[in-house]
Amino acid sequence: MSAHLNIDHVSMEFDTPSGKFLALDNVNLKIKKGEFVSLIGHSGCGKSTVLNIIAGLYQATKGGIVLDGLEVNEPGPERAVVFQNHSLFPWLTAYENVELAVKQVFKGSKSKAEMKEWIEHNLELVHMSHALHKKPDEISGGMKQRVGIARALAMEPTVLLMDEPFGALDALTRSHLQDSLMEIQRDLKNTVVMITHDVDEAVLLSDRIVMMSNGPAASIGEILDVDLPRPRYRLELADDPMYNKYRAEVLRFLHERHAKPDVPSSKVA
Amino acid sequence: MMNVVSKMEDLRMLAPWVRIIKGENRREQVNVLLRALGVPLLAFAIFLAIWDSAAKSVVTSLGQVPGPTQVAEQAKGLWQEYQAEKEKEAKFYERQEKRNEKKLAKNPDAQVKWREYRGRTTYPQQIMTSLYTVFTGFILAVLIAVPLGILTGLSQTLNNAMNPIIQIFKPVSPLAWLPIVTMVVSAVYVSNDPMFEKSFITSAITVMLCCMWPTLINTSVGVSSINQDLLNVAKVLRLSWWAKITKVVLPSAVPMIFTGMRLSLGVGWMVLIAAEMLAQNPGLGKFVWDEFQNGSSNSLGRIMVAVLTIGLIGFMLDWIMLQLQKYFSWDKSAANR
Repeated sequence: MSAHLNIDHVSMEFDTPSGKFLALDNVNLKIKKGEFVSLIGHSGCGKSTVLNIIAGLYQATKGGIVLDGLEVNEPGPERAVVFQNHSLFPWLTAYENVELAVKQVFKGSKSKAEMKEWIEHNLELVHMSHALHKKPDEISGGMKQRVGIARALAMEPTVLLMDEPFGALDALTRSHLQDSLMEIQRDLKNTVVMITHDVDEAVLLSDRIVMMSNGPAASIGEILDVDLPRPRYRLELADDPMYNKYRAEVLRFLHERHAKPDVPSSKVA
Repeated sequence: MMNVVSKMEDLRMLAPWVRIIKGENRREQVNVLLRALGVPLLAFAIFLAIWDSAAKSVVTSLGQVPGPTQVAEQAKGLWQEYQAEKEKEAKFYERQEKRNEKKLAKNPDAQVKWREYRGRTTYPQQIMTSLYTVFTGFILAVLIAVPLGILTGLSQTLNNAMNPIIQIFKPVSPLAWLPIVTMVVSAVYVSNDPMFEKSFITSAITVMLCCMWPTLINTSVGVSSINQDLLNVAKVLRLSWWAKITKVVLPSAVPMIFTGMRLSLGVGWMVLIAAEMLAQNPGLGKFVWDEFQNGSSNSLGRIMVAVLTIGLIGFMLDWIMLQLQKYFSWDKSAANR
């Protein structure tokens, strides 16, 4: 079976002043269409590097990314990215931020009226219709991230890449956004690759959780299939034995089997 | 929120008055006013008093150093000269008109001459010349500095290449540039019917050479410190090079560009006076120089008027730039830097 998105034996080496640094070693993962995959691991384990390689922002030293049978060499809107710090253009309103993306992706294929409708539709999806003409300065962190998601969705991506999208938000806002994301995912059935360091978030949202071992030379440690029925509701799941089992498994992986000091041991020695 | 705060600041001087009229705790509002208006006024009065007493104790070859009252008289004198000159001009044109009408009445085919009035340059005209020259130099500087700054900001290599050149030329005084500029302009700008005076071009180019650096450096820093995430968004969207510059890089650097432009105009105005003195461009600099050479008993007073004018106009230019900066910048905090 050929995968929708194939992360094919990817290794990544960085040139540093003190020599070569092997960040990723032979990461191999096949993702099905419409699947929601989380990458979880300690900070510095190379999760973001994997995401940046899929996005095309980094070039893998060895191996590569194949999307629908075509190799990925450069960034493109079919692999839209939601960055951790919203990365909205601060001089544009919410509407204009999405508009910039829509104009670029759909020029020639959508009329002006269709574009307007599409922009408003996507902002509607993330519940931002009330603040179309506000600038990033004038809205809260959660709202900024909503606009960031709307912008990514508006590119009609084949794969949606999310780099710790809710990492900078407070717990309550984060859970609201997670609910919104599940709602959107139910309707659009996008393929999503999300980086997170939040165990609950990973279990709640994902079809599969990819647990990464610590760097240097990080790789995939374990893959956990999350077989919980959708739609999922966080309150009901709180008492669900399966949910808690998955949660415990991820926690065990992170804390027991791969707990290493923050400083790589090679540097200490 | 930010907008509200800045709007409040604009109203800062107005609010206490409104509150006094409304009858809100008058005592406190009067205190606010005293602090906002009273203190600067008091300081200014003290300054005038010190000036007055210090001026009396120094006697130069041109007489006593003028105090505030003498300077005020000279300012009035300059204004009257301007009024008188305006009247003369109006009369000249009136006479010319009548003369020509008479001629034409006698013989409709007569050749009539229309001459332009060439009177003495008056003080307000000199101010206008200075402003015209400084803006010409400043705009030329911005036209060069902003594109160059964008390029050096984008490319670390180009930045490394340009940095020594910028650092060497940045501290050069206008007085050093002027002879070179004068010679080059005389050699290159040869025309029988010149559109601009040579002295004007020399002054404007000197201003440009001295005031482009702050804009260049600030633009470069603004561009190079652009958020990497925003550039990544541009990459994901596959923006063309030009679209990336106009839609991402330039707007992102606008607050810094305006900070640089504000500094540049300040430098330009300061440099202009020196340039005009040497290039004999008929502006405020030439006025000061001519008065100095003239050496009448009024000269020092008139020069003091020029000093105050130069200061006030500089202050005004800075204020205008600040308002422009506030208007065009998305980053409202940059305007306070």
